[in-house]
Amino acid sequence: MTKRNISLLLVLVMALSLFAGCAKPAETPGGSAEEPAPAETPAEEPKYSFGMVTDVGGIGDKSFNDSAWAGIERAGKELGVEPKLLQSTKQDDYPPNLGSMAQSVDLTLAVGFLFEDAMKTAADQYADKKFGVIDTVVDKPNVMSVTFKEHEGSFLVGVIAGLTTESNIVGFVGGMDFPVIHKFEVGFVAGVKSANPDAKVIVNYTGAFDNPDKGKEVALTQFQQGADVIFHASGACGIGVIQAADEKDFWAIGVDMDQSAESKKNKVLCSMIKRVDTGTYTVIKAYADDTFKGGAENAIELGLKEEGVGYSDGGNNVPAEVAEVVDKYSDAIIDGTIVVPSTREELESFKPVEIK
Amino acid sequence: MENRLDEIKNSAKNTLKEILYPLTAIVVSFLAGAILVYAFGNSPKVAYKALFLGALGDLNKFGETLVTTTTLILTGLSVAFAYKCGLFNIGAEGQFIMGSVAAVWIGWALEGLPPSIHVLLTLIAGALAGGIWAGFVGWLKAKVGSHEVINSIMMNYIALNLSNYLIMTVLNEPGKAFSFEIAPTAKLWRFSQSFEQFKYSRLHIGIIIAIFVALAAYYLLNKTVTGYEIRSVGFNPDASEYGGINVKRNIVLAMLISGLFSGLAGAIHTAGVQYRVNNLFGLTGYGFDGISVALVGNNNPIGVILSALLFGVLQKGGPMMQIEGIPKEVVGIIQGIILLFVASNFVRVMVQRYKENKEIRAQLKKGEVK
Repeated sequence: MTKRNISLLLVLVMALSLFAGCAKPAETPGGSAEEPAPAETPAEEPKYSFGMVTDVGGIGDKSFNDSAWAGIERAGKELGVEPKLLQSTKQDDYPPNLGSMAQSVDLTLAVGFLFEDAMKTAADQYADKKFGVIDTVVDKPNVMSVTFKEHEGSFLVGVIAGLTTESNIVGFVGGMDFPVIHKFEVGFVAGVKSANPDAKVIVNYTGAFDNPDKGKEVALTQFQQGADVIFHASGACGIGVIQAADEKDFWAIGVDMDQSAESKKNKVLCSMIKRVDTGTYTVIKAYADDTFKGGAENAIELGLKEEGVGYSDGGNNVPAEVAEVVDKYSDAIIDGTIVVPSTREELESFKPVEIK
Repeated sequence: MENRLDEIKNSAKNTLKEILYPLTAIVVSFLAGAILVYAFGNSPKVAYKALFLGALGDLNKFGETLVTTTTLILTGLSVAFAYKCGLFNIGAEGQFIMGSVAAVWIGWALEGLPPSIHVLLTLIAGALAGGIWAGFVGWLKAKVGSHEVINSIMMNYIALNLSNYLIMTVLNEPGKAFSFEIAPTAKLWRFSQSFEQFKYSRLHIGIIIAIFVALAAYYLLNKTVTGYEIRSVGFNPDASEYGGINVKRNIVLAMLISGLFSGLAGAIHTAGVQYRVNNLFGLTGYGFDGISVALVGNNNPIGVILSALLFGVLQKGGPMMQIEGIPKEVVGIIQGIILLFVASNFVRVMVQRYKENKEIRAQLKKGEVK
């Protein structure tokens, strides 16, 4: 009998865990729903309607989803529309979730390559509705795709690394060895070589995005080879890179978001950031201005010029004179004087440009 | 002949009785949910309308609901079956994952087989993987007496990490965080292939397989000697042992069969819905949902079908509620309330059983075995 009681207890605990798991993130969407004053809302039907489907990370992930939602909320405020939100609970729910959202709004947004297949189906099913996808390209006439010029942002942090290194050896830790990540690598190498022609870049890949131990291992190896600044583009492996930086006292460079908070000893020199919020905002803007264009050939790439990428210095570690040089490089990229390479082939023919 | 009719009548009556209490509990919990939604400052009418339209609004939506139901029937059966033997299979999650991985492996590696054979092999491989995964836990319980709850929880994490390892190495689609896609010959038939109405849903033949398996499980439990032995061990292992039933053998067998169901769930999910396995960030939840499904279905295979449908509706209608501005947690809360209400019935059944067992024991003592 006692075993039965134990199992009953377990069941109750599990039932309660249904509540517990739910507790935290609820406030974000719920809280914002109360804010807009009803007085502002005009009586007629709003002209625009849009919403976002998150991946299983959901709102509160301090990453892609939060950033994307911030852009949507900004657009919503400007247009006087309350955007809708659907947080996915299972990875294989993406197709029906996109469909449900498309059914009730005109423009459905989602972030990441995991939505690729699902969005193709939904775009066919709701051919009269519009879709926006960030960070990947979906070739459908009613889907607007937005990607980023990660190489431009990486170039800037490369410049910072090149000006900061004392050993003249810097490291790059990539996640998986494929073209998207090569953009980070190539841009970074070009930046380092431009700012510091004598510097050498060690390039390694962890082969994963979710393994901090691996990231740490690779970073420590690079440190032993003399690297004193290491840039990572390896997702959660980067946590390990930053840990290694804390332990061995070298500089790490974060990616995607400002990662300065990840370091306990303020060893994140700066972070290459990707403005997912600019991405979602851009799509909604295009939809509201009637400049919305679908199809792969019309995919938009946001670079420095569009404020889609850049760098952030949450730890105040970049000296003013370095920041000044970086700004000059940034201007040169924006006005087209420097064309940052995005593939390994382009890097070979790239001639470093020195700006003082 | 009349006897047979009576028997059918009786069993139908009993089934109805078994269904009645959970049904009342569900109605009550929906009412409680409505109060909760109201308390959150939303309209219950909007919420429930969205819930049902989102899950049953059109045939595509209904199809998607049945896709979830298919998986839940099988994981629910898995938990229910083990429970009939007095075992708490909390490892349905891990068995589900192993089933998916085995299915993806066979579905991808054996490309070139004729379709019907390939599909069959894919499903069998998945079921076997789940069966072995659970059977091992049963074997540990029988052999050294370690508790199946603890072991199967741990096996869940082993399965998760093993699966992720395999998917990122031998089964990896280069450059992606998921496995290869299975060959077309290993894919289950989808309704959308023949019926225009289901064009945008992923509804597949698995729903029929799942219902068939549930009926088979019902038959196995209630109409065969093996089923009788398994239930007997569940009622009272000591009495069963005394009555000449090999308790250890039945524990292993019950776990193994339970695992077959979860493994099959994973295989069907792979061959019918996903066609591949993702690098998982965490457990999928289908196995844990199976516990709720089994509980609400009163551990009866037929009840499991119905409760899986209910949970399918809740899970697939939930997103529509979110779009209407109702926090996604509300659906979770309604599920929780249903569980609590049903669990309290559980207690009553257990009390009854305890009394019955006592009677049997008393009778055994007196030597009048029925």
